[in-house]
Amino acid sequence: MMTEISRKRRITNAVMLTISGVCTILVIGVLFFILGYLLWHGARSLNMNFFTKLPKPSGETGGGMANAIVGSAKVLLIATFIGVPIGFLAGVYLAEYSGKTFAFAVRYTVDLLNGVPSIVMGIVAYALVVQPMKHFSALAGGVALGIMMIPIAVRTTEEFLRAVPNSMREGAMALGATKAKTIFTVVIPAAISGLLSGMMLNLARVAGETAPLLFTALGNMFWSRGWLEPIATLPVMIYNYALAPEEDLHQQAWAAGFVLLALVFVINVTARMIIMRGPASARR
Amino acid sequence: MKLRTKDLKFYYGTFEALHGITIDIPANKITAFIGPSGCGKSTFLRTMNRMNEAMRNTRVEGEIQLDNENLLSMDVTDVRRRVGMVFQKSNPFPKSIYDNVSYGLRVNGIKKKSVIDTAVERSLGRAALWSEVKDKLHKPALALSGGQQQRLCIARALAVEPEVLLLDEPCSALDPIATLKIEELLFSIKDITTIVIVTHNMQQAARIADSTGFFLLGNLIEFNDTKTIFSNPSSKETEDYVTGRFG
Repeated sequence: MMTEISRKRRITNAVMLTISGVCTILVIGVLFFILGYLLWHGARSLNMNFFTKLPKPSGETGGGMANAIVGSAKVLLIATFIGVPIGFLAGVYLAEYSGKTFAFAVRYTVDLLNGVPSIVMGIVAYALVVQPMKHFSALAGGVALGIMMIPIAVRTTEEFLRAVPNSMREGAMALGATKAKTIFTVVIPAAISGLLSGMMLNLARVAGETAPLLFTALGNMFWSRGWLEPIATLPVMIYNYALAPEEDLHQQAWAAGFVLLALVFVINVTARMIIMRGPASARR
Repeated sequence: MKLRTKDLKFYYGTFEALHGITIDIPANKITAFIGPSGCGKSTFLRTMNRMNEAMRNTRVEGEIQLDNENLLSMDVTDVRRRVGMVFQKSNPFPKSIYDNVSYGLRVNGIKKKSVIDTAVERSLGRAALWSEVKDKLHKPALALSGGQQQRLCIARALAVEPEVLLLDEPCSALDPIATLKIEELLFSIKDITTIVIVTHNMQQAARIADSTGFFLLGNLIEFNDTKTIFSNPSSKETEDYVTGRFG
């Protein structure tokens, strides 16, 4: 009777192992399929012109997306200047100063903010920036993405600061450091690798957001001057070109998709490398 | 008398952890606090540099005086510069050895490099660590061994030239040889600072302390010369504790 039970157990074990194994392979497979497809189509359409020239009408050769690459960079820069300081300082307050109930309320609100659909963020930025200014702009796009960066910035900052052991704060305070000095000269430096990598992953996440940019930054087939003009960005160009009927524009869209993915990939890998080097300096 | 307390009470919320402690800590001597776990000796130690204030919902009643100045009404960062602390588990910052030792100085406004360099060398020397680290001052402090890290924490505390140095079971995580090094160190710095040490190790108190106080359940049962406490204690509880009848 014992061998009967153990035989059933072994079969169940094998079946579950197989099912979960297959699912894992499926998941990885999807990722590799996307990567491979993008690589195949995108890399073929990639050339020097892509990075240096402005878009040309369909049928003409030698066009590129230089303005969209620079445009994405500009919009993300504004987003970083908005999202990172606000999110970081709020995270510092939650981790170091606030009482329990207030922290809970703020965290809850921040999580709600995180769940707001990105297109709604775009509408908010449209109402806040585009309408008063009466035109689309890189600034509006940056505001939309910046607000989207805030919740994750708050959460990662709070988590990484809390992970710094209290013994370190006590050590600093026992030497006569005030609370603020302790936070900025000991706690934050101790958490810096986690904070940096968290911010980078945050940036990588918003880099690909398309919906909020559709009616804030809008787009531009030419170079944009300054920060207050409509501006081209990679995700929106992909959207426009992919919907166009012409095949050569599709090729360009593939190339843009590839570049966007490569950018996100590079940011992710760099972030992971930073976080691995960080605590390593604390190892014996 | 360097530090004196009068009828000091301490509360965690509504719980009275210290019941009216009155004690005179002599200057430039080593004073040890002994007693079983939970007796309040660490809590009492932490009231002397007001570290307990960092915790929520705590209250101090009574008087503490440092050199006849009311400790409780002084600026708290000033108190902590004058009354330093070394913790049970060494807590060096994840910075270089040099940056660790100089931290207290820089935080208290000293910026001149030559002054800091001198202070770093002096403190590491007093902590019996200079010869071991003088060639690697800019290496990470966390690469040092446990005993070295604790001596580094002592050097860090000494760099700001405190008038009192509080040590909360500084050797409990160290092996006997590292412990001995630290005990020798404490002997050698008596002349520059007053030392108060909490210890679980009665032999340690007997070895290094000039005076010893026995705590039990939030009360200071007896405070006297170490010799007297261990050979001829006045109260029965003290006698039971030092002879090992309970611990």
